[in-house]
Amino acid sequence: MASLKELRNRIASVKATQKITKAMQMVAAAKLRRAQMAAEAARPYAERMEKVLGNIAGSITPSPESPRLMVGTGKSDVHLLLVCTAERGLCGAFNSSIVRLAREHIVRLQAEGKTVKILCVGRKGFDQLRRQYEKQIIEVVDFKSVRSLAYEHATQVANKIVARFEAGEFDVATLFYSRFKSVISQIPTARQIIPPVFLAQEKSTGPSAIYEYEPEEEDILTELLPRNLATQIFRALLENAASEQGARMSAMDNATRNAGDMIKKQTITYNRTRQAMITKELIEIISGAEAL
Amino acid sequence: MATFSFELVSPSRLVFSGEVEQVDVPGAEGDFGVLAGHAPFVATLRPGVLTIRDAGGAQRLFVRDGFAEVSAKGLTILAETAVPVENLDRDAFATAIKDAEAAVASAKDDAARWKAIEALDQMKAAAVQLADAGAAKH
Repeated sequence: MASLKELRNRIASVKATQKITKAMQMVAAAKLRRAQMAAEAARPYAERMEKVLGNIAGSITPSPESPRLMVGTGKSDVHLLLVCTAERGLCGAFNSSIVRLAREHIVRLQAEGKTVKILCVGRKGFDQLRRQYEKQIIEVVDFKSVRSLAYEHATQVANKIVARFEAGEFDVATLFYSRFKSVISQIPTARQIIPPVFLAQEKSTGPSAIYEYEPEEEDILTELLPRNLATQIFRALLENAASEQGARMSAMDNATRNAGDMIKKQTITYNRTRQAMITKELIEIISGAEAL
Repeated sequence: MATFSFELVSPSRLVFSGEVEQVDVPGAEGDFGVLAGHAPFVATLRPGVLTIRDAGGAQRLFVRDGFAEVSAKGLTILAETAVPVENLDRDAFATAIKDAEAAVASAKDDAARWKAIEALDQMKAAAVQLADAGAAKH
C-alpha cells in the first residue's frame, strides 16, 4: 500500500492538472464565442456567392471554352485532397475525425485506381497523415503564427490551388473540414470544390430571370471562380476554428470532471489509510500496555 | 421615391442591409446607377467609391474586388473590401498603388502587363475619386 506522503503527492498533482484543464476550458469558451461569431458573420458572403454563381452556372451551357475551374478537366484521374485541421491538439477527436474521413476517401480513391495528392492546411493533420501518406503530401500550409484568420489567408491557399490546377497537376479537388453544428457536435465534412458542385437550384417561382452581363459571362466566371474558391476555403477555415474551440471546450470539460472524480476517490483512499494507521498504532499501544 | 432592398456583403461581415433609393456602383466597364425595378444584371466591380442614397442622405464606401447582382429581389454586392470612405486607411491604399506599379514592372509577358496596367489605372482612378469624395466633404 502506498504511503501517506505518496498519496498526498498524487492528489496534489491531479489537482494541478485539474486547474490547467479548467483554465483551458475557459479560454476555449471565450475563443469559441469569437470564432462562432466570425463563422456566422462570414456565412452571408459564402451563401450569396454560391447563389449567384449557381445562377450564372445554370444559365450558361457548358462548352469546351467554358472556364475549366467550372467544368473540370473532363477527367477524374488525379484527386487533390485539401485537408484542413487545427494547429494544436488537446481538442478531443477533432483532428482525428477529419483525418479519418480523409483517409477513408484516400483508400476508396486508391482502390479505384486514382492518383491521390494531399495538401494539408494545419500541422495536426499533416502529422497524422505523414505516417501513412508521406509521398502523397505535396504541400503543407500552416497558420501557426496567425492570430486571427483573415480572408487573405484563404486567398493565399486558393491561389496555390488555382496555380496547381492551371498547371494540370490534378483534376478534382475536395475540401475536408469540420462543420460547426454546436458545441458538442462538429461534423467532419468533405466537399468537392473543383469543379464546384452547386446545390440543386431551388425551383424558381415564375420565369427564371435572364441576366444581362457586363462584361461577358465567361469573363465574369473567370473572375468569380477563383474568388468562390477562396470564399469556400475561408468559410471552411472559420468553421474549423469554431469547431476546434468547441471540441476543445468539451474535451477539457470532460478532463476537468475526470480529475474531480479521481481526486474524490484518492481522498477517500488517503483518509482510510490514515485512519488505518492510527488504529494500528492504538492497537499496538494498548496491547503493549496489556502485556505489562 | 421608390425603394428597393440592397445588401453589401464582405467576407467577414454583412456591411449594409436595408431599403435604399439609389446605389451608384463602380462597374468594371463603367459606373452605373441602380434604381428600383432595374433589369436583372450581373457586373464585376473595379476599385472605386460606391454611393448609397436613401431617405436619410448619402453614404460613400470604398469597394474593391467583387461583383454586383441585380435580381427581382434587389441588389446584392459582394466585395472583398468595403469600408466607409472616411475610415479608409490611406497608407494602405498608397501601398496598394505601389504594389500595382510593381506588378506592371515585373509582368512577364504582354498579357500579364496589360492586366497589371489596367489594374493600376483602376487604382489611380479610384484615388482621384477618393480625393474628390474627401474634398466634397470639407
